[in-house]
Amino acid sequence: MSERSERTDRLSVSDPSPLWEVFVRARRGLSHTHVGSLHAPDAELALRNARDLYTRRQEGVSIWVVPAGAITASSPDEKDAFFDPAADKVYRHPTFYEVPDGVAHL
Amino acid sequence: MSTLFDFTLALGDDALIAAQRLGEWTSRAPEMEEDIALANIALDQLGAARLLLTYAGELEGAGRDEDALAFLRDDREFRNCLLVELPNGDFAVTMAKLFFLSACQLPLYTALAGCADERLAAIGAKARKESAYHLDHASLWVKRLGDGTEESHRRMQAAVDEVWPYLHELFAADPAAPVDPATLRAGFDAAVSAVLDEATLARPADGWMPGGGRDGVHTEHLSYLLAEMQVLHRAHPGARW
Repeated sequence: MSERSERTDRLSVSDPSPLWEVFVRARRGLSHTHVGSLHAPDAELALRNARDLYTRRQEGVSIWVVPAGAITASSPDEKDAFFDPAADKVYRHPTFYEVPDGVAHL
Repeated sequence: MSTLFDFTLALGDDALIAAQRLGEWTSRAPEMEEDIALANIALDQLGAARLLLTYAGELEGAGRDEDALAFLRDDREFRNCLLVELPNGDFAVTMAKLFFLSACQLPLYTALAGCADERLAAIGAKARKESAYHLDHASLWVKRLGDGTEESHRRMQAAVDEVWPYLHELFAADPAAPVDPATLRAGFDAAVSAVLDEATLARPADGWMPGGGRDGVHTEHLSYLLAEMQVLHRAHPGARW
C-alpha cells in the first residue's frame, strides 16, 4: 500500500464535482463546438461523462473538456464597445485597401 | 461446467444478473452523469446477456429462447457467479463489484474472440469493447475513492475486502471450455493489483472462498432479485408490447 497522495488539485473537498464545459468535434466536423456542460470530479471522468452524454460513443469524435472556472467570457454590458466596429475608422476596414489586379483569392 | 451450453449459459447469466443489479441504480446514482454511465453499462451487460442466452438456447435445442431462459428459470437453475448477485451496497461496493467483474470479463471476451466457436468468437469480439469501457470506468472510480478523502478511502477499502472472497469462483478451472477461466487468473491479478496500488488500497489476503453459483447454489439474494425481475413475465406469459 503506497502513501496517500495529495490530490487537492484533482478532488477538492469544497466542491468534489465541479462544472465542466464540453466541446465536441464530430467525425466530419471542422472545428470543436460547445455542446453543453456537466459535473465531474476531474478531467478524466469529465471526458468519459461527456462521451456518454454528448457523443453516444461514436467512433472518431474529438472531445475537449474545460473547467468552467477557466473560461473568461466577455461581459454583456460591454457588448457595444466590444463588438461594434468603429465605423469612423475607415482604415480599419478591409474595404479601405485597393486590391491590386492579378492578386487572386485574397 | 462441462458442455458448451453450460459455459455459454453461465456467461449469459453473469451478464444478465449484473445488468439487473446495475439497473437498480437508475435515478439513484450520486450524480446525473454517473446515473447515465451506470445505465449505459447495465444496457451493455444486458446486450451481451441476450446474445449469450439466445445462443445457449440454440445449443440446448429444447426450444427455449432468451426470454424463456431469463424469465422462466428459478434460482437453482441460474449459473451466474455469486459476485454479480450480491446487493449493490453503497457506491464503493458497486464499483468494486463492477471493477472485478469487468477485469474478468475483458480477458475472457478477448480470448473468446479468437476461439474456434464462431458464435462465441463474434460475441466476444463485440462485448470486448464494451468490457474495456466498463473496466476503465470502474478503475477510475476505485482510484478516486481509494485515493480521495478519508471517508471515501475507508469505504472503498471496506468494499474491496467485502467483495474479494467472491472472485475465486470466477477463475475455477474448466479445461473443457473454449477458454479455461483458470488461465486468466495471473493477468487479472496483475491488472487488479496495479489499480489497487494506485488507489492506495491494500490487496486483501485470500481466505474464505465461497462458490456454488455455477452449480445453481446461490446466496440468499438471488431469489429476491429474480422475483422482481420475473414478476411481469410470469404474470403475463407470452405478453407482447
